Amino acid sequence: MIELSDIHKTYRAGSGEVAALRGIDLRVAAGEVFGVIGQSGAGKSSLIRMINLLERPTAGRVTVDGVDAASLDAAGLRGLRRRIGMIFQHFNLLSSKTVVENVAFPLQLEGRLAREDIRARALALLDRVDLADQADKYPAQLSGGQKQRVGVARALACEPKILLCDEATSALDPETTRQVLRLLRELNGELGLTIVLITHEMDVIRRVCDRVAVLEAGRVVEQGVVADVFLSPRHATTRRLIEEGGDADDAGAGGPGAGRTVRLTYRGETTYAPLLGRIARETGVDYSILGGRVAHIRDLPYGQLTLALVGGDVDAALAQFAAAGVAVEEIDR
Amino acid sequence: MSAAGSALFANVDWAEIGRAGVDTLAMLGGSLVLTVAVGLPLGVLLFLTGRGQLLAQPLAHGLLSVLVNVLRSVPFIILLIVMIPVTVVLVGTSLGVPGAIPPLVVGAAPFFARLVESALREVDRGVIEAAQAMGASPRQIVFDALLPEATPGILAAATVTAIALVSYTAMAGVVGAGGLGDLAVRFGYQRFQTDVMVVTVALLLVLVQVLQMIGDRAVAHFSRR
Ligand SMILES: Nc1ncnc2c1ncn2[C@@H]1O[C@H](COP(=O)(O)OP(=O)(O)O)[C@@H](O)[C@H]1O
Ligand SMILES: [Mg+2]
Repeated sequence: MIELSDIHKTYRAGSGEVAALRGIDLRVAAGEVFGVIGQSGAGKSSLIRMINLLERPTAGRVTVDGVDAASLDAAGLRGLRRRIGMIFQHFNLLSSKTVVENVAFPLQLEGRLAREDIRARALALLDRVDLADQADKYPAQLSGGQKQRVGVARALACEPKILLCDEATSALDPETTRQVLRLLRELNGELGLTIVLITHEMDVIRRVCDRVAVLEAGRVVEQGVVADVFLSPRHATTRRLIEEGGDADDAGAGGPGAGRTVRLTYRGETTYAPLLGRIARETGVDYSILGGRVAHIRDLPYGQLTLALVGGDVDAALAQFAAAGVAVEEIDR
Repeated sequence: MSAAGSALFANVDWAEIGRAGVDTLAMLGGSLVLTVAVGLPLGVLLFLTGRGQLLAQPLAHGLLSVLVNVLRSVPFIILLIVMIPVTVVLVGTSLGVPGAIPPLVVGAAPFFARLVESALREVDRGVIEAAQAMGASPRQIVFDALLPEATPGILAAATVTAIALVSYTAMAGVVGAGGLGDLAVRFGYQRFQTDVMVVTVALLLVLVQVLQMIGDRAVAHFSRR
Protein backbone atom coordinates (compact mmCIF):
# COMPACT_ATOMS: atom_id res chain seq x y z
CA MET A 1 0.00 0.00 0.00
CA ILE A 2 2.75 2.40 1.03
CA GLU A 3 6.37 1.93 0.12
CA LEU A 4 9.21 4.16 1.18
CA SER A 5 12.54 3.34 -0.42
CA ASP A 6 15.81 4.80 0.78
CA ILE A 7 14.21 8.08 1.83
CA HIS A 8 16.50 10.91 2.83
CA LYS A 9 15.33 14.30 4.02
CA THR A 10 17.67 17.17 4.75
CA TYR A 11 16.38 20.54 5.89
CA ARG A 12 18.31 23.70 5.27
CA ALA A 13 18.01 25.61 8.51
CA GLY A 14 19.68 28.98 8.48
CA SER A 15 23.38 28.36 8.00
CA GLY A 16 23.51 24.62 8.63
CA GLU A 17 21.70 21.53 7.45
CA VAL A 18 19.64 19.05 9.44
CA ALA A 19 19.53 15.47 8.24
CA ALA A 20 16.09 14.48 9.56
CA LEU A 21 15.78 11.18 7.67
CA ARG A 22 18.76 9.11 6.60
CA GLY A 23 17.80 6.17 4.47
CA ILE A 24 14.35 4.94 5.45
CA ASP A 25 12.95 1.74 3.95
CA LEU A 26 9.43 0.84 5.00
CA ARG A 27 6.54 -1.11 3.55
CA VAL A 28 3.04 -0.77 4.92
CA ALA A 29 0.54 -3.43 3.81
CA ALA A 30 -3.09 -2.64 2.97
CA GLY A 31 -5.33 -2.87 6.01
CA GLU A 32 -2.66 -2.86 8.67
CA VAL A 33 -2.04 -0.45 11.49
CA PHE A 34 1.59 0.52 11.28
CA GLY A 35 3.25 2.46 14.07
CA VAL A 36 6.41 4.51 14.05
CA ILE A 37 7.83 5.27 17.45
CA GLY A 38 10.76 7.45 18.39
CA GLN A 39 11.79 10.20 20.69
CA SER A 40 11.24 13.86 19.95
CA GLY A 41 13.39 14.96 17.03
CA ALA A 42 13.85 11.42 15.71
CA GLY A 43 12.22 12.41 12.42
CA LYS A 44 8.73 10.94 12.89
CA SER A 45 6.81 13.95 11.64
CA SER A 46 9.13 14.29 8.67
CA LEU A 47 8.62 10.61 7.91
CA ILE A 48 4.81 10.66 7.98
CA ARG A 49 4.80 13.81 5.83
CA MET A 50 6.66 11.93 3.11
CA ILE A 51 3.60 9.76 2.54
CA ASN A 52 1.31 12.59 1.41
CA LEU A 53 4.25 14.70 0.27
CA LEU A 54 3.59 17.56 2.66
CA GLU A 55 7.38 17.41 2.71
CA ARG A 56 9.30 16.24 -0.34
CA PRO A 57 12.09 13.74 0.15
CA THR A 58 15.57 15.00 -0.65
CA ALA A 59 16.25 11.54 -2.12
CA GLY A 60 14.38 8.28 -2.38
CA ARG A 61 11.06 6.98 -3.67
CA VAL A 62 7.55 7.20 -2.22
CA THR A 63 4.99 4.85 -3.70
CA VAL A 64 1.38 5.01 -2.55
CA ASP A 65 -1.20 2.56 -3.84
CA GLY A 66 1.10 1.68 -6.74
CA VAL A 67 1.67 5.30 -7.78
CA ASP A 68 5.10 6.92 -7.69
CA ALA A 69 4.22 10.09 -5.81
CA ALA A 70 7.08 12.09 -7.32
CA SER A 71 5.68 11.52 -10.81
CA LEU A 72 2.42 13.36 -10.01
CA ASP A 73 1.76 16.91 -11.16
CA ALA A 74 0.10 19.42 -8.82
CA ALA A 75 -3.43 18.26 -9.65
CA GLY A 76 -2.45 14.60 -9.37
CA LEU A 77 -0.87 15.24 -6.01
CA ARG A 78 -4.03 16.96 -4.75
CA GLY A 79 -5.99 13.91 -5.90
CA LEU A 80 -3.64 11.61 -4.02
CA ARG A 81 -3.93 13.70 -0.88
CA ARG A 82 -7.71 13.46 -1.01
CA ARG A 83 -7.33 9.70 -0.82
CA ILE A 84 -5.16 10.00 2.28
CA GLY A 85 -6.75 11.30 5.48
CA MET A 86 -4.62 12.92 8.16
CA ILE A 87 -5.12 13.81 11.81
CA PHE A 88 -2.81 15.96 13.91
CA GLN A 89 -1.58 16.38 17.47
CA HIS A 90 -3.22 19.80 17.77
CA PHE A 91 -6.26 18.80 15.69
CA ASN A 92 -5.83 21.72 13.25
CA LEU A 93 -9.54 22.38 12.91
CA LEU A 94 -10.68 25.64 11.34
CA SER A 95 -11.73 27.82 14.26
CA SER A 96 -13.95 29.95 12.01
CA LYS A 97 -16.11 27.01 10.93
CA THR A 98 -18.61 24.96 12.91
CA VAL A 99 -17.99 21.30 13.64
CA VAL A 100 -20.15 20.13 10.75
CA GLU A 101 -18.57 22.70 8.41
CA ASN A 102 -15.14 21.39 9.39
CA VAL A 103 -16.13 17.84 8.51
CA ALA A 104 -17.71 19.08 5.27
CA PHE A 105 -14.59 21.08 4.38
CA PRO A 106 -12.69 18.40 2.42
CA LEU A 107 -15.85 17.55 0.47
CA GLN A 108 -16.38 21.21 -0.28
CA LEU A 109 -12.78 21.47 -1.53
CA GLU A 110 -13.30 18.42 -3.67
CA GLY A 111 -16.38 20.05 -5.21
CA ARG A 112 -17.91 16.80 -6.39
CA LEU A 113 -21.07 16.53 -4.28
CA ALA A 114 -24.02 18.91 -4.04
CA ARG A 115 -24.36 21.08 -0.95
CA GLU A 116 -27.11 19.05 0.72
CA ASP A 117 -25.26 15.79 0.06
CA ILE A 118 -22.13 17.25 1.61
CA ARG A 119 -23.98 18.26 4.75
CA ALA A 120 -25.74 14.90 4.98
CA ARG A 121 -22.44 13.05 4.65
CA ALA A 122 -20.76 15.29 7.21
CA LEU A 123 -23.59 14.67 9.67
CA ALA A 124 -23.38 10.91 9.09
CA LEU A 125 -19.64 11.03 9.82
CA LEU A 126 -20.25 13.02 12.98
CA ASP A 127 -22.76 10.42 14.02
CA ARG A 128 -20.11 7.73 13.49
CA VAL A 129 -17.78 9.49 15.93
CA ASP A 130 -20.66 10.13 18.38
CA LEU A 131 -20.69 13.90 17.92
CA ALA A 132 -23.95 14.40 16.02
CA ASP A 133 -25.23 16.58 18.86
CA GLN A 134 -22.24 18.96 18.58
CA ALA A 135 -22.63 19.66 14.86
CA ASP A 136 -23.34 23.38 15.11
CA LYS A 137 -20.83 24.24 17.80
CA TYR A 138 -17.47 25.80 17.09
CA PRO A 139 -14.26 23.83 17.81
CA ALA A 140 -13.37 26.17 20.68
CA GLN A 141 -16.43 24.88 22.52
CA LEU A 142 -15.27 21.24 22.43
CA SER A 143 -12.94 19.21 24.63
CA GLY A 144 -9.66 17.87 23.26
CA GLY A 145 -11.03 14.38 22.73
CA GLN A 146 -14.08 15.74 20.92
CA LYS A 147 -11.87 17.91 18.71
CA GLN A 148 -9.79 14.91 17.76
CA ARG A 149 -12.92 12.93 16.90
CA VAL A 150 -13.99 15.82 14.65
CA GLY A 151 -10.50 15.55 13.14
CA VAL A 152 -11.07 11.85 12.50
CA ALA A 153 -14.50 12.49 10.93
CA ARG A 154 -12.98 15.18 8.71
CA ALA A 155 -10.11 12.89 7.70
CA LEU A 156 -12.62 10.24 6.63
CA ALA A 157 -14.84 12.61 4.62
CA CYS A 158 -13.43 11.73 1.22
CA GLU A 159 -13.42 7.99 1.98
CA PRO A 160 -9.66 7.58 2.06
CA LYS A 161 -7.95 4.21 2.06
CA ILE A 162 -5.14 5.50 4.22
CA LEU A 163 -5.20 7.46 7.48
CA LEU A 164 -2.07 9.20 8.76
CA CYS A 165 -1.94 10.10 12.45
CA ASP A 166 0.72 12.55 13.61
CA GLU A 167 0.92 12.18 17.41
CA ALA A 168 -2.87 12.15 17.36
CA THR A 169 -3.24 11.37 21.06
CA SER A 170 -0.22 13.21 22.47
CA ALA A 171 -2.30 16.21 23.57
CA LEU A 172 -4.99 14.06 25.20
CA ASP A 173 -5.40 12.62 28.69
CA PRO A 174 -5.11 8.84 29.15
CA GLU A 175 -8.86 8.12 29.12
CA THR A 176 -9.49 10.22 26.00
CA THR A 177 -6.43 8.67 24.40
CA ARG A 178 -7.96 5.23 24.89
CA GLN A 179 -11.25 6.38 23.34
CA VAL A 180 -9.56 7.78 20.26
CA LEU A 181 -7.35 4.69 19.89
CA ARG A 182 -10.41 2.45 20.19
CA LEU A 183 -12.09 4.50 17.45
CA LEU A 184 -9.04 4.05 15.20
CA ARG A 185 -9.11 0.30 15.80
CA GLU A 186 -12.81 0.12 14.95
CA LEU A 187 -12.32 2.10 11.75
CA ASN A 188 -9.44 -0.16 10.79
CA GLY A 189 -11.74 -3.15 11.19
CA GLU A 190 -14.91 -1.67 9.66
CA LEU A 191 -13.41 0.10 6.67
CA GLY A 192 -10.23 -1.87 6.13
CA LEU A 193 -8.48 1.46 6.60
CA THR A 194 -4.69 1.35 6.43
CA ILE A 195 -3.38 3.42 9.33
CA VAL A 196 0.09 4.85 9.80
CA LEU A 197 0.56 6.46 13.16
CA ILE A 198 3.53 8.05 14.79
CA THR A 199 3.97 8.48 18.51
CA HIS A 200 6.55 8.68 21.25
CA GLU A 201 4.42 6.49 23.53
CA MET A 202 4.89 2.73 23.56
CA ASP A 203 1.44 2.36 25.07
CA VAL A 204 -0.16 3.70 21.87
CA ILE A 205 1.78 1.18 19.80
CA ARG A 206 0.81 -1.66 22.15
CA ARG A 207 -2.88 -0.79 21.98
CA VAL A 208 -3.46 -0.40 18.25
CA CYS A 209 -0.58 -1.36 16.02
CA ASP A 210 0.06 -4.56 14.11
CA ARG A 211 3.62 -3.69 13.24
CA VAL A 212 6.03 -1.09 14.49
CA ALA A 213 9.22 0.59 13.37
CA VAL A 214 11.51 2.25 15.89
CA LEU A 215 13.06 5.44 14.62
CA GLU A 216 16.19 7.00 15.97
CA ALA A 217 18.05 9.96 14.52
CA GLY A 218 16.47 9.47 11.10
CA ARG A 219 17.07 5.72 10.87
CA VAL A 220 14.88 2.68 11.51
CA VAL A 221 16.76 0.76 14.19
CA GLU A 222 14.26 -2.03 14.70
CA GLN A 223 10.98 -3.12 13.16
CA GLY A 224 8.60 -6.02 13.25
CA VAL A 225 5.35 -7.40 14.64
CA VAL A 226 4.46 -5.42 17.77
CA ALA A 227 4.41 -8.42 20.12
CA ASP A 228 7.92 -9.45 19.02
CA VAL A 229 9.41 -6.00 19.27
CA PHE A 230 7.63 -5.26 22.51
CA LEU A 231 8.35 -8.52 24.31
CA SER A 232 11.89 -9.03 23.10
CA PRO A 233 13.30 -5.67 22.09
CA ARG A 234 16.78 -5.91 20.59
CA HIS A 235 17.82 -2.30 20.29
CA ALA A 236 18.69 -0.11 23.26
CA THR A 237 16.38 2.66 22.03
CA THR A 238 13.45 0.28 21.90
CA ARG A 239 14.16 -0.86 25.45
CA ARG A 240 14.37 2.71 26.63
CA LEU A 241 11.03 3.57 24.99
CA ILE A 242 9.43 0.55 26.65
CA GLU A 243 10.85 1.58 30.02
CA GLU A 244 9.67 5.16 29.60
CA GLY A 245 6.20 3.85 28.99
CA GLY A 246 6.31 2.09 32.35
CA ASP A 247 5.91 -1.16 30.47
CA ALA A 248 9.22 -2.67 31.43
CA ASP A 249 9.59 -5.47 33.87
CA ASP A 250 13.15 -5.10 34.94
CA ALA A 251 12.58 -4.83 38.63
CA GLY A 252 15.02 -7.69 39.14
CA ALA A 253 17.83 -6.41 37.04
CA GLY A 254 19.82 -4.88 39.86
CA GLY A 255 18.14 -6.48 42.90
CA PRO A 256 19.64 -8.86 45.38
CA GLY A 257 19.17 -12.61 45.13
CA ALA A 258 21.06 -15.80 44.60
CA GLY A 259 20.81 -18.31 41.79
CA ARG A 260 19.94 -17.63 38.18
CA THR A 261 17.70 -14.84 36.95
CA VAL A 262 15.39 -15.53 34.05
CA ARG A 263 12.68 -13.63 32.27
CA LEU A 264 9.69 -15.67 31.20
CA THR A 265 7.41 -14.32 28.49
CA TYR A 266 3.98 -15.88 28.04
CA ARG A 267 1.79 -15.06 25.09
CA GLY A 268 -1.81 -15.85 24.33
CA GLU A 269 -3.51 -18.61 26.31
CA THR A 270 -0.39 -19.76 28.15
CA THR A 271 -0.58 -16.43 29.96
CA TYR A 272 -3.35 -17.87 32.09
CA ALA A 273 -1.99 -21.46 32.45
CA PRO A 274 -0.99 -22.47 36.02
CA LEU A 275 2.56 -23.38 35.00
CA LEU A 276 4.78 -21.81 37.57
CA GLY A 277 3.72 -23.78 40.65
CA ARG A 278 3.59 -27.11 38.86
CA ILE A 279 7.02 -26.81 37.27
CA ALA A 280 8.54 -25.61 40.53
CA ARG A 281 7.11 -28.63 42.35
CA GLU A 282 8.19 -31.13 39.75
CA THR A 283 11.77 -29.87 39.45
CA GLY A 284 12.32 -28.86 43.06
CA VAL A 285 13.25 -25.34 42.04
CA ASP A 286 12.53 -22.49 44.43
CA TYR A 287 11.67 -19.12 42.95
CA SER A 288 11.32 -15.54 43.97
CA ILE A 289 9.46 -13.10 41.78
CA LEU A 290 11.54 -10.00 41.05
CA GLY A 291 9.11 -8.30 38.70
CA GLY A 292 6.28 -8.93 36.33
CA ARG A 293 3.12 -7.84 34.61
CA VAL A 294 0.15 -9.21 32.73
CA ALA A 295 -1.44 -7.07 30.02
CA HIS A 296 -2.54 -7.00 26.38
CA ILE A 297 -0.92 -6.18 23.07
CA ARG A 298 -3.94 -5.34 20.94
CA ASP A 299 -6.06 -8.40 21.78
CA LEU A 300 -3.17 -10.67 22.64
CA PRO A 301 -2.79 -11.31 26.35
CA TYR A 302 0.78 -11.61 27.54
CA GLY A 303 2.64 -11.98 30.76
CA GLN A 304 6.20 -11.26 31.64
CA LEU A 305 7.84 -12.47 34.82
CA THR A 306 11.37 -11.99 36.08
CA LEU A 307 12.32 -14.77 38.50
CA ALA A 308 15.34 -15.72 40.56
CA LEU A 309 15.63 -19.53 40.58
CA VAL A 310 17.50 -21.46 43.28
CA GLY A 311 18.03 -25.12 44.07
CA GLY A 312 16.58 -28.15 42.29
CA ASP A 313 17.06 -28.77 38.59
CA VAL A 314 16.91 -25.28 37.07
CA ASP A 315 17.76 -26.51 33.56
CA ALA A 316 14.90 -28.98 33.62
CA ALA A 317 12.55 -26.26 34.82
CA LEU A 318 13.57 -23.96 32.00
CA ALA A 319 13.15 -26.79 29.49
CA GLN A 320 9.64 -27.40 30.79
CA PHE A 321 8.74 -23.73 30.42
CA ALA A 322 10.05 -23.74 26.88
CA ALA A 323 8.07 -26.88 26.12
CA ALA A 324 4.91 -25.17 27.37
CA GLY A 325 5.42 -22.33 24.90
CA VAL A 326 6.93 -19.80 27.29
CA ALA A 327 9.88 -17.80 25.98
CA VAL A 328 12.79 -18.10 28.38
CA GLU A 329 15.57 -15.58 28.53
CA GLU A 330 18.38 -15.75 31.01
CA ILE A 331 19.49 -12.37 32.40
CA ASP A 332 23.07 -11.70 33.46
CA ARG A 333 23.29 -9.74 36.63
CA MET B 1 -30.30 76.01 19.19
CA SER B 2 -30.84 77.72 22.57
CA ALA B 3 -29.72 81.29 23.10
CA ALA B 4 -26.99 80.19 25.45
CA GLY B 5 -25.85 77.67 22.87
CA SER B 6 -25.65 80.32 20.14
CA ALA B 7 -23.66 82.62 22.35
CA LEU B 8 -21.29 79.86 23.35
CA PHE B 9 -20.71 78.82 19.73
CA ALA B 10 -20.96 82.30 18.18
CA ASN B 11 -18.64 81.52 15.29
CA VAL B 12 -20.04 78.14 14.49
CA ASP B 13 -21.86 77.90 11.18
CA TRP B 14 -23.75 74.69 11.68
CA ALA B 15 -24.59 74.30 8.00
CA GLU B 16 -20.92 74.48 7.19
CA ILE B 17 -20.12 71.99 9.92
CA GLY B 18 -22.75 69.72 8.36
CA ARG B 19 -21.19 70.01 4.90
CA ALA B 20 -17.73 69.43 6.32
CA GLY B 21 -19.01 66.36 8.19
CA VAL B 22 -20.44 64.96 4.97
CA ASP B 23 -17.15 65.63 3.18
CA THR B 24 -15.21 63.84 5.93
CA LEU B 25 -17.52 60.85 5.77
CA ALA B 26 -17.30 60.77 1.97
CA MET B 27 -13.50 60.89 2.03
CA LEU B 28 -13.37 58.27 4.74
CA GLY B 29 -15.89 55.94 3.12
CA GLY B 30 -14.43 56.19 -0.37
CA SER B 31 -10.83 55.86 0.71
CA LEU B 32 -11.53 53.03 3.18
CA VAL B 33 -13.27 50.91 0.56
CA LEU B 34 -10.45 51.47 -1.93
CA THR B 35 -7.76 51.00 0.72
CA VAL B 36 -9.19 47.59 1.57
CA ALA B 37 -9.62 46.73 -2.11
CA VAL B 38 -5.94 47.52 -2.77
CA GLY B 39 -4.39 46.66 0.58
CA LEU B 40 -6.02 43.28 1.17
CA PRO B 41 -4.65 41.60 -1.97
CA LEU B 42 -1.32 43.34 -1.37
CA GLY B 43 -1.23 41.99 2.20
CA VAL B 44 -2.13 38.49 1.02
CA LEU B 45 0.66 38.63 -1.57
CA LEU B 46 3.14 39.90 1.01
CA PHE B 47 2.19 36.97 3.23
CA LEU B 48 2.15 34.26 0.58
CA THR B 49 5.47 35.21 -0.97
CA GLY B 50 7.20 35.38 2.42
CA ARG B 51 9.85 32.92 3.52
CA GLY B 52 8.53 29.43 4.22
CA GLN B 53 5.03 30.33 3.00
CA LEU B 54 2.80 28.81 0.36
CA LEU B 55 4.20 30.69 -2.65
CA ALA B 56 7.57 31.65 -1.20
CA GLN B 57 9.16 34.07 -3.72
CA PRO B 58 12.05 35.94 -2.10
CA LEU B 59 12.47 38.35 -5.02
CA ALA B 60 8.79 39.28 -5.37
CA HIS B 61 8.49 39.52 -1.60
CA GLY B 62 11.53 41.78 -1.41
CA LEU B 63 10.21 44.12 -4.10
CA LEU B 64 6.72 44.36 -2.59
CA SER B 65 8.20 44.89 0.81
CA VAL B 66 10.43 47.76 -0.35
CA LEU B 67 7.52 49.39 -2.22
CA VAL B 68 5.34 49.22 0.90
CA ASN B 69 8.10 50.57 3.11
CA VAL B 70 8.84 53.46 0.77
CA LEU B 71 5.19 54.51 0.66
CA ARG B 72 4.88 54.15 4.40
CA SER B 73 7.95 56.25 5.11
CA VAL B 74 6.80 59.26 3.05
CA PRO B 75 5.03 61.73 5.37
CA PHE B 76 1.39 61.95 4.30
CA ILE B 77 1.55 65.71 3.81
CA ILE B 78 4.37 65.24 1.26
CA LEU B 79 2.46 62.40 -0.41
CA LEU B 80 -0.52 64.70 -0.88
CA ILE B 81 1.57 67.23 -2.79
CA VAL B 82 3.73 64.79 -4.74
CA MET B 83 0.64 62.86 -5.81
CA ILE B 84 -1.09 65.88 -7.38
CA PRO B 85 -0.15 65.11 -11.02
CA VAL B 86 -1.08 61.45 -10.60
CA THR B 87 -4.36 62.39 -8.94
CA VAL B 88 -5.25 64.69 -11.81
CA VAL B 89 -4.67 61.83 -14.26
CA LEU B 90 -6.70 59.40 -12.13
CA VAL B 91 -9.76 61.47 -11.19
CA GLY B 92 -9.47 64.57 -13.36
CA THR B 93 -8.90 66.96 -10.46
CA SER B 94 -6.66 67.35 -7.48
CA LEU B 95 -9.27 69.28 -5.54
CA GLY B 96 -12.23 68.42 -3.37
CA VAL B 97 -13.19 65.04 -2.04
CA PRO B 98 -12.36 63.18 -5.29
CA GLY B 99 -8.90 64.81 -5.34
CA ALA B 100 -8.21 63.61 -1.81
CA ILE B 101 -9.08 59.99 -2.32
CA PRO B 102 -6.07 58.79 -4.38
CA PRO B 103 -3.47 60.13 -1.93
CA LEU B 104 -5.49 58.79 1.00
CA VAL B 105 -5.54 55.32 -0.56
CA VAL B 106 -1.86 55.42 -1.50
CA GLY B 107 -1.04 56.52 2.03
CA ALA B 108 -3.22 53.98 3.83
CA ALA B 109 -3.14 50.86 1.63
CA PRO B 110 0.51 49.93 2.38
CA PHE B 111 -0.18 50.38 6.09
CA PHE B 112 -3.27 48.18 5.87
CA ALA B 113 -1.37 45.61 3.78
CA ARG B 114 1.24 45.22 6.54
CA LEU B 115 -1.47 44.76 9.13
CA VAL B 116 -3.15 42.15 6.93
CA GLU B 117 0.17 40.35 6.49
CA SER B 118 0.63 40.08 10.23
CA ALA B 119 -3.00 39.02 10.75
CA LEU B 120 -2.38 36.18 8.28
CA ARG B 121 0.81 35.22 10.09
CA GLU B 122 -1.30 34.75 13.21
CA VAL B 123 -3.25 31.96 11.52
CA ASP B 124 -2.20 28.59 12.90
CA ARG B 125 0.24 26.96 10.46
CA GLY B 126 -1.33 23.63 11.31
CA VAL B 127 -4.61 24.74 9.77
CA ILE B 128 -2.86 25.54 6.49
CA GLU B 129 -1.08 22.23 6.64
CA ALA B 130 -4.36 20.41 7.26
CA ALA B 131 -5.91 22.11 4.23
CA GLN B 132 -2.90 21.10 2.14
CA ALA B 133 -3.20 17.55 3.39
CA MET B 134 -6.84 17.54 2.21
CA GLY B 135 -5.70 18.39 -1.30
CA ALA B 136 -6.65 22.08 -1.27
CA SER B 137 -5.21 24.21 -4.08
CA PRO B 138 -3.35 27.40 -3.11
CA ARG B 139 -6.41 29.38 -4.19
CA GLN B 140 -8.68 27.31 -1.97
CA ILE B 141 -6.25 27.61 0.92
CA VAL B 142 -6.34 31.41 0.64
CA PHE B 143 -10.08 31.86 0.16
CA ASP B 144 -11.50 28.93 2.12
CA ALA B 145 -9.04 28.65 4.99
CA LEU B 146 -6.65 31.58 5.44
CA LEU B 147 -9.03 34.51 4.95
CA PRO B 148 -11.90 33.05 7.03
CA GLU B 149 -9.45 32.20 9.82
CA ALA B 150 -7.89 35.67 9.71
CA THR B 151 -11.21 37.55 9.48
CA PRO B 152 -11.16 38.91 13.04
CA GLY B 153 -7.57 40.09 12.61
CA ILE B 154 -8.34 41.68 9.26
CA LEU B 155 -11.36 43.50 10.71
CA ALA B 156 -9.20 44.81 13.54
CA ALA B 157 -6.69 45.97 10.92
CA ALA B 158 -9.46 47.73 8.99
CA THR B 159 -10.56 49.50 12.17
CA VAL B 160 -7.07 50.80 12.90
CA THR B 161 -6.74 51.87 9.27
CA ALA B 162 -10.11 53.66 9.26
CA ILE B 163 -9.08 55.66 12.32
CA ALA B 164 -5.72 56.51 10.76
CA LEU B 165 -7.64 57.69 7.68
CA VAL B 166 -9.69 60.08 9.83
CA SER B 167 -6.54 61.96 10.76
CA TYR B 168 -5.26 61.79 7.18
CA THR B 169 -8.50 63.44 6.00
CA ALA B 170 -7.70 66.41 8.23
CA MET B 171 -4.45 66.91 6.34
CA ALA B 172 -6.24 66.45 3.05
CA GLY B 173 -7.85 69.81 3.77
CA VAL B 174 -4.55 71.26 2.62
CA VAL B 175 -5.33 70.27 -0.97
CA GLY B 176 -8.76 71.80 -0.67
CA ALA B 177 -10.66 68.67 0.11
CA GLY B 178 -12.69 70.22 2.91
CA GLY B 179 -13.94 68.17 5.80
CA LEU B 180 -14.03 68.62 9.55
CA GLY B 181 -10.29 68.59 10.01
CA ASP B 182 -9.90 71.31 7.41
CA LEU B 183 -12.47 73.40 9.27
CA ALA B 184 -10.60 72.93 12.51
CA VAL B 185 -7.38 74.12 10.90
CA ARG B 186 -8.73 77.01 8.88
CA PHE B 187 -11.14 78.53 11.38
CA GLY B 188 -10.25 77.06 14.70
CA TYR B 189 -6.51 77.34 14.40
CA GLN B 190 -5.73 80.03 11.85
CA ARG B 191 -8.57 82.42 12.85
CA PHE B 192 -8.50 81.64 16.56
CA GLN B 193 -12.17 80.59 16.56
CA THR B 194 -11.79 78.24 19.49
CA ASP B 195 -15.47 77.29 19.45
CA VAL B 196 -15.21 75.99 15.88
CA MET B 197 -12.11 74.06 16.87
CA VAL B 198 -13.86 72.50 19.85
CA VAL B 199 -16.95 71.50 17.87
CA THR B 200 -15.00 69.96 14.96
CA VAL B 201 -12.58 68.14 17.19
CA ALA B 202 -15.47 66.83 19.27
CA LEU B 203 -17.17 65.55 16.13
CA LEU B 204 -13.95 63.87 14.98
CA LEU B 205 -13.66 62.27 18.39
CA VAL B 206 -17.20 60.94 18.12
CA LEU B 207 -16.38 59.59 14.65
CA VAL B 208 -13.28 57.79 15.95
CA GLN B 209 -15.21 56.36 18.90
CA VAL B 210 -17.98 55.10 16.64
CA LEU B 211 -15.47 53.52 14.23
CA GLN B 212 -13.70 51.80 17.11
CA MET B 213 -16.99 50.51 18.49
CA ILE B 214 -18.17 49.17 15.13
CA GLY B 215 -14.76 47.59 14.62
CA ASP B 216 -14.73 45.94 18.04
CA ARG B 217 -18.26 44.62 17.55
CA ALA B 218 -17.36 43.18 14.14
CA VAL B 219 -14.21 41.53 15.51
CA ALA B 220 -16.16 40.02 18.40
CA HIS B 221 -18.85 38.80 16.04
CA PHE B 222 -16.34 36.86 13.94
CA SER B 223 -14.14 35.56 16.76
CA ARG B 224 -14.68 31.90 17.58
CA ARG B 225 -11.68 31.20 19.74
N1 LIG C 1 10.86 22.59 8.42
C1 LIG C 1 12.00 22.28 9.06
N2 LIG C 1 13.10 23.03 8.90
C2 LIG C 1 14.25 22.73 9.54
N3 LIG C 1 14.42 21.67 10.35
C3 LIG C 1 13.37 20.86 10.56
C4 LIG C 1 12.10 21.12 9.93
N4 LIG C 1 11.24 20.16 10.31
C5 LIG C 1 11.92 19.35 11.14
N5 LIG C 1 13.20 19.76 11.28
C6 LIG C 1 14.25 19.09 12.09
O1 LIG C 1 14.30 17.74 11.71
C7 LIG C 1 14.47 16.89 12.82
C8 LIG C 1 13.32 15.91 12.89
O2 LIG C 1 12.12 16.61 13.15
P1 LIG C 1 10.70 15.89 13.18
O3 LIG C 1 10.50 15.14 11.93
O4 LIG C 1 9.69 16.94 13.51
O5 LIG C 1 10.87 14.89 14.40
P2 LIG C 1 9.80 14.30 15.43
O6 LIG C 1 8.45 14.44 14.82
O7 LIG C 1 10.23 12.89 15.63
O8 LIG C 1 9.95 15.10 16.69
C9 LIG C 1 14.55 17.81 14.03
O9 LIG C 1 15.90 18.00 14.33
C10 LIG C 1 13.91 19.08 13.56
O10 LIG C 1 14.46 20.19 14.23
MG1 LIG D 1 6.67 15.44 15.54
